[in-house]
Amino acid sequence: MSTHRFAQPCTILRHAALLFTGALILIPFAWMLSLSINPPGEIFRASFSFWPQHFYGIENYTQAIAKAPLLRFMLNGVIVCTAILALQIAVCAPAAYALAKLHFPARDLLFALVLIALLLPHEVLSLPLFILGYKLGILNTYAALIFPYVVSPFGIFLIRQFFKTIPDDVVHAARLDGLSELAIVWKIMVPMALPAIIAFGIFSVVGHWNSLFWPLIAVRDQSLMPPPLGIMAFRNEEAGNDYGPLMAAATIVVLPLIIAFLAAQRWFVEGTTGGAIK
Amino acid sequence: MSGIVLGNIRKSFGPTTVLHDVSLSIADGEFLTLLGPSGCGKSTLLRILAGLELQDAGSVSIGDRVVDGVRPKRRDVAMVFQSYALYPHMTVAGNIALPLRMRRLNAWQRLPLLGRLLPGTRTTTLEITAEVARTAEALSIDHLLTRKPSQLSGGQRQRVAVGRAMVRHPAVFLMDEPLSNLDAKLRVQMRAEIKELHQRLGVTFVYVTHDQAEAMTLSDRVAVMLNGELLQVAPPQDIYADPEDRRVAEFIGSPKINMLDGLVSAPGSVSFADTTIVADIGLSPGAHLKLGIRPEAFRFGAHSERGAISGTVRLVEHMGSDLYVHLDVAGAKQPIVARLSAERTASASVGQRLNLSFEPERVLYFGSDGRRIRALDFAGKAAVTSIRESA
Repeated sequence: MSTHRFAQPCTILRHAALLFTGALILIPFAWMLSLSINPPGEIFRASFSFWPQHFYGIENYTQAIAKAPLLRFMLNGVIVCTAILALQIAVCAPAAYALAKLHFPARDLLFALVLIALLLPHEVLSLPLFILGYKLGILNTYAALIFPYVVSPFGIFLIRQFFKTIPDDVVHAARLDGLSELAIVWKIMVPMALPAIIAFGIFSVVGHWNSLFWPLIAVRDQSLMPPPLGIMAFRNEEAGNDYGPLMAAATIVVLPLIIAFLAAQRWFVEGTTGGAIK
Repeated sequence: MSGIVLGNIRKSFGPTTVLHDVSLSIADGEFLTLLGPSGCGKSTLLRILAGLELQDAGSVSIGDRVVDGVRPKRRDVAMVFQSYALYPHMTVAGNIALPLRMRRLNAWQRLPLLGRLLPGTRTTTLEITAEVARTAEALSIDHLLTRKPSQLSGGQRQRVAVGRAMVRHPAVFLMDEPLSNLDAKLRVQMRAEIKELHQRLGVTFVYVTHDQAEAMTLSDRVAVMLNGELLQVAPPQDIYADPEDRRVAEFIGSPKINMLDGLVSAPGSVSFADTTIVADIGLSPGAHLKLGIRPEAFRFGAHSERGAISGTVRLVEHMGSDLYVHLDVAGAKQPIVARLSAERTASASVGQRLNLSFEPERVLYFGSDGRRIRALDFAGKAAVTSIRESA
């Protein structure tokens, strides 16, 4: 308790650092919100105030919804993200189980390959993937948006680490109880690793909802575009320099993510730390 | 019908050999305990029996059927694990029902919603529920069926694990240190319940433990294992009184058996510490050997027809009915521990000289290779004399 006197400056410093980094991340969001309710005339004024003199939100948001097929973009986002997540879990969970609990030759080598894949940025693969997509004839379809992400090294790694913390005895008990290896994955391991899987799900959905680079390469049809690409297209074609409606559209697009994140926050924190302390 | 035969089982993990040619047969309905310190390979042997590990060489038969290469679920064995290995996301009822659901319902019938609509699912599910309820009642955990394992105490989890094993009526029960996570009081209680369970079910039990009290109280026979070898397989009283190997004698018994260096001083007599006893063990004079005397073989006071030692009291431990007296005896490298009855021991205080007597028949002789040397002939109790050397 003698450290109590020193704790205060330390705490202040720590909070200052947290507030600063928090602000770095939040200011663009706040700015986006502010611009989305500003009339065009006020956006480029030298003085900045969060709240506009003339509230222009309704006009901006109606314009955003009316001019761009925002609902279509968001529906595309939902279709693509759901399909990616479902397929990722379908691939990652059995792979993670094999790497964590089964003994077979070259297992460690395979795991090393997963780790190497984890280091590669996805952008590096875009050219070969584009050519592959072209050869298969799936460019400009949902399949082109989904398939490159089905095998997620990050997912395999995260879930494998969590599976490692589950005692071998549970697997042995399940084998004696008559479960097949796949049944062990889906009935025992996945339910036990739910926090990790939800955390992975959030990472995956956020990443692919916001993804711009690969959709930009893979699809040209506006009716297939996921939200960020859609907005970008909308800016070029319709809005020009009309930032108010553009920011309104951006706000609408990130809104589902923010709501989902707040709702799943508890799981998210549990999942990323749960594997470490168990 | 469901006896077990293990023939020349060998197993290595990398460069370390954990099982060297282990052969063992277990009779139908027998309670056999694999006893040994941790790391001796007993759990590995159990896992090989269950089919969870594969042996490098040798063969396993359960009930006259060779089960090498047979999957664990087809071996008709059930296992209770040290960590209980319950499924944390399922209720107690779900845990106990799972082995039955996996066996009696097919893959379609097990589907969450669709399965209920299929013919036969309803009746089978009802049967399973009834059997789970019966099992839970037998273990008096029927009030816990809707709880999750995390809401149970250690003893209750243990019962659920036993329930999950017994619900499908296996031919062989395997238990891997099932009591070691419980507190001392509960352990004694569960020990009695396991004994009762064995008597009620009448099936073969193979029980792994490092606790000699569990092994001695539960088993029909005890198999003592050390460094991947079976040293002796015998009923508990034989393991204790008639060990075949020095390591068995040293492992069993608390306090530990006194091991003393001895020398065959003349044909038919052996010297150790400060005394010489008559024992014809067929070794020629000059041969070195080890003598084991259990702490409870000693009696307070000298006695003309018994062997005798005397020494200085170094430490006295009061255990209620007994006293553990540590005695420094001339010629013995370590203090000799004697377990004396508190009532019959007049006085024992540190620094005091004390005379102790023992029956020479209770002395165990071991050769330099650790094997037991049996006395050829005691030539009658009365003829045994002990020659006190100068102390």
